[in-house]
Amino acid sequence: MRGGQGAARAPVIQFTNCRILRGRALLREDLWVRGGRILDPEKLFFEERRVADEQRDCGGCILAPGFIDVQINGGFGVDFSQATEDVGSGVALVARRILPHGVTSFCPTLVTSPPEVYCKVLPQIPVKSGGPHGAGVLGVHLEGPFISHEKRGAHPEAHLRSFEANAFQDLLATYGGLDNVRIVTLAPELGRSHEVIRALTALGICVSLGHSVADLGTAEEAVQSGATFITHLFNAMLPFHHRDPGIVGLLTSDRLPLGRHIFYGMIADGIHTNPAALRIAHRAHPEGLVLVTDAVPALGLGNGRHTLGQQEVEVDGLTAYVAGTNTLSGSIAPMDTCVRHFLQATGCSVESALEAASLHPAQLLGLEKHKGTLDFGADADFVVLDDSLHVRATYISGELVWQAEEARQ
Amino acid sequence: MRLVILDNYDLASEWAAKYICNRIIQFRPGQDRYFTLGLPTGLPRNHPESYHSYMWNNFFKHIDIDPNNAHILDGNATDLQAECDAFEKKIKEAGGIDLFVGGIGPDGHIAFNEPGSSLVSRTRVKTLAMDTILANAKYFDGDLSKVPTMALTVGVGTVMDAREVMILITGAHKAFALYKAIEEGVNHMWTVSAFQQHPRTIFVCDEDATLELRVKTVKYFKGELTGLVRMLKSLRNYFPLELYIFLKRFRTSASVRMPPSIWRKMDLQYCSGLYI
Repeated sequence: MRGGQGAARAPVIQFTNCRILRGRALLREDLWVRGGRILDPEKLFFEERRVADEQRDCGGCILAPGFIDVQINGGFGVDFSQATEDVGSGVALVARRILPHGVTSFCPTLVTSPPEVYCKVLPQIPVKSGGPHGAGVLGVHLEGPFISHEKRGAHPEAHLRSFEANAFQDLLATYGGLDNVRIVTLAPELGRSHEVIRALTALGICVSLGHSVADLGTAEEAVQSGATFITHLFNAMLPFHHRDPGIVGLLTSDRLPLGRHIFYGMIADGIHTNPAALRIAHRAHPEGLVLVTDAVPALGLGNGRHTLGQQEVEVDGLTAYVAGTNTLSGSIAPMDTCVRHFLQATGCSVESALEAASLHPAQLLGLEKHKGTLDFGADADFVVLDDSLHVRATYISGELVWQAEEARQ
Repeated sequence: MRLVILDNYDLASEWAAKYICNRIIQFRPGQDRYFTLGLPTGLPRNHPESYHSYMWNNFFKHIDIDPNNAHILDGNATDLQAECDAFEKKIKEAGGIDLFVGGIGPDGHIAFNEPGSSLVSRTRVKTLAMDTILANAKYFDGDLSKVPTMALTVGVGTVMDAREVMILITGAHKAFALYKAIEEGVNHMWTVSAFQQHPRTIFVCDEDATLELRVKTVKYFKGELTGLVRMLKSLRNYFPLELYIFLKRFRTSASVRMPPSIWRKMDLQYCSGLYI
C-alpha cells in the first residue's frame, strides 16, 4: 500500500552508491524511499529528524525510473487478443515475465478483433498496481479495428470497421465499454473521426494515430481534436514525402495546439526501423519519442519453432519469422534491449535513452507526477542498471521484485 | 594567531578541510564525547535555495550525522530573541564549541556582526549593513528590495567562547579586511579583529587576500606554514583520510567525499554560527 496513514511509520530505505536519473540528468545522489514512494531526505532530516532505517549499496549502478511499455500484444506464448476464459492469468504471466526487462508498468494491447472478443477480454484486464506479482497494468491499448484497410498490416481484414454511421456510439458498441481502456489507436481519415477523438479525449483516453493513410492536414486536425500519440512511427502509415509528410510530419508540424507536442512510439529493435530513420525521428523531435516493444506472443520464447494459436513462428535471436518464410512476424525485442539499441543507434545520452522508455510514456498518459520519474512523491518504481544498461534489479513500490542471477550471490 | 597562506582558493579550501578533519580525529570523539563544530552559512533565510537546502545539499546529505545533533537558528521563529537565547543555551549544554569555522565580509565582519557590533555580543537579531545587503543581492536577482534586512546571528562573544577559531579569507576584495583584522588594533568596526584576543585562532587565506598585508607579515607566516605543512604531512601518515568540505560562500564547488567508515566513528554535534 502506498502513502496513506501508515506511511510515516514505514521504514525509510536509502539506496546509496548510485547515480539516479533526476531532473533530466544522472546525479550522484542517494535515493530515499518510504511507503512505496520516493522520499525527500531533506524534509526527513530537518522536520522529522530521522535517518534511514536501512541502507542498500547499489554498487555504483544507475537507478532509472521503471520502464513503461504502452504497446505490447502479449509474450511468452500469451496473446492478449485471444478470448479465453482466463485472460487474467495470461496478463499476470506477462506482467511477471517482463520484470527482468525493467518494465514496471504496461498497457496490454489488443489488435483488431471482433466485438465478441472485446466484450469477453476487456473486463478481464483491470487496471492494477504492480508489485512482486508483476508489472502494473495501466490500462488497455486498443489498436484497431477503426483503422485503414490499406495499412492494416497483420490485422485481420474481416474485422476492420468504421464509425461513419454513429461515430462514438459505434465505437462504444464495438468495444462494449471503455472501462479499462487507456489508449485507442485509430485512423483519422475515417469519417467522423473528429467526434470520436473528442469524445475519447473527454473521457481521458489517449487517442493515437496509426495504421492510416492520412495526409498531414488530416493528421494535424486530429491532433487539434485531441490526439496525442502516433502508433509505431513509420510503420503502417504513408511514407514521408517532402510535399506531404503525412503523419510523420506531425513531429515538426507548426499547427499543433500551443504548449503541446506529439508523442510517437518507436520500435527500436534494429529490425522494424532502420537506425537511420530512428535517428531522423529522434533528431527532429527528441522529447516526443516513446520506446515501445510492440511485442508479440513469441517474445521470450527462445530460439526455435513455436506454435502460437493458428500460427507457426520461427524465432532466431531478435527476429521472429512466419515459419518457413522470411516474413517478419512481429517484434520480440524486450524493452531493455530496445533501450540499449536506441542508445547505440542514435548516439544520444544515457539520460535521453532512459527517458524515452520511462518519462515520455508517463507524460503521454498524464502520469508524470507518479510514474516515469524519481522526483519526490513519485511511486518508487525503478530499475537498477549497470553502465551498459543491462537490468540488474527491478523495484516496484520500493520493493525488490526481480534481481539478476549474478546479483543474487 | 596562525596565518596560513595557500596559493589559491582550491588549495586554501583543501587545507582548511584537512585541518578540520584532523582536528576532529585528534579529539577522538565517541559515544559520550561529542565534537562541537560551528559553521557559517552564506545565504539569507529567504533565499530560493533556502539555507536548509544549502546545508543539506552541501554538507548533511554526505555525512551520517544524527539530525538531532544539527542545530540551526530558525529565522522564522515567533519569538526571535527567545530563539537566540535558546541557541546560546544549547551551545552551553553541549559543553561549548570546539572549533568554529567562519569567514569575514569585506567590511571585516564575522557572521553578521556588522561594524559597530559589540565585541562581547551574544546570539541576537541584527540589522544588516548596506555592504552585506549589497553582497547578498546577487541571491535575489539583484533586487535590493527583496534582500532581508535582518538576520539572526551568533555574536562575537559567542564565537570568542569557542575553544578554537578558524577564519577563511580568500579573494582580493577581502584583503583590506584581513589587513584591518590582523595588522591594526582591536576595533568594533572590524569585528573580526576581536580574535586577536582569542588564545587559538587560525586564519587560512589565499595569496590574493594578503595583498594589503605588509611583506614582512606574509614572509613571517609563510615560513611558519612550512612547519605546519610538515606537521600535517606527518599527521597524514597516521590519518590517511581525505575530507573535502564544500564551503560555498567562496563560490566554486567541490563534491564532498569522505569514507563512511570515518564518519560513522564520529558524532558531529553541529552548532551553527550563521551567515543567514
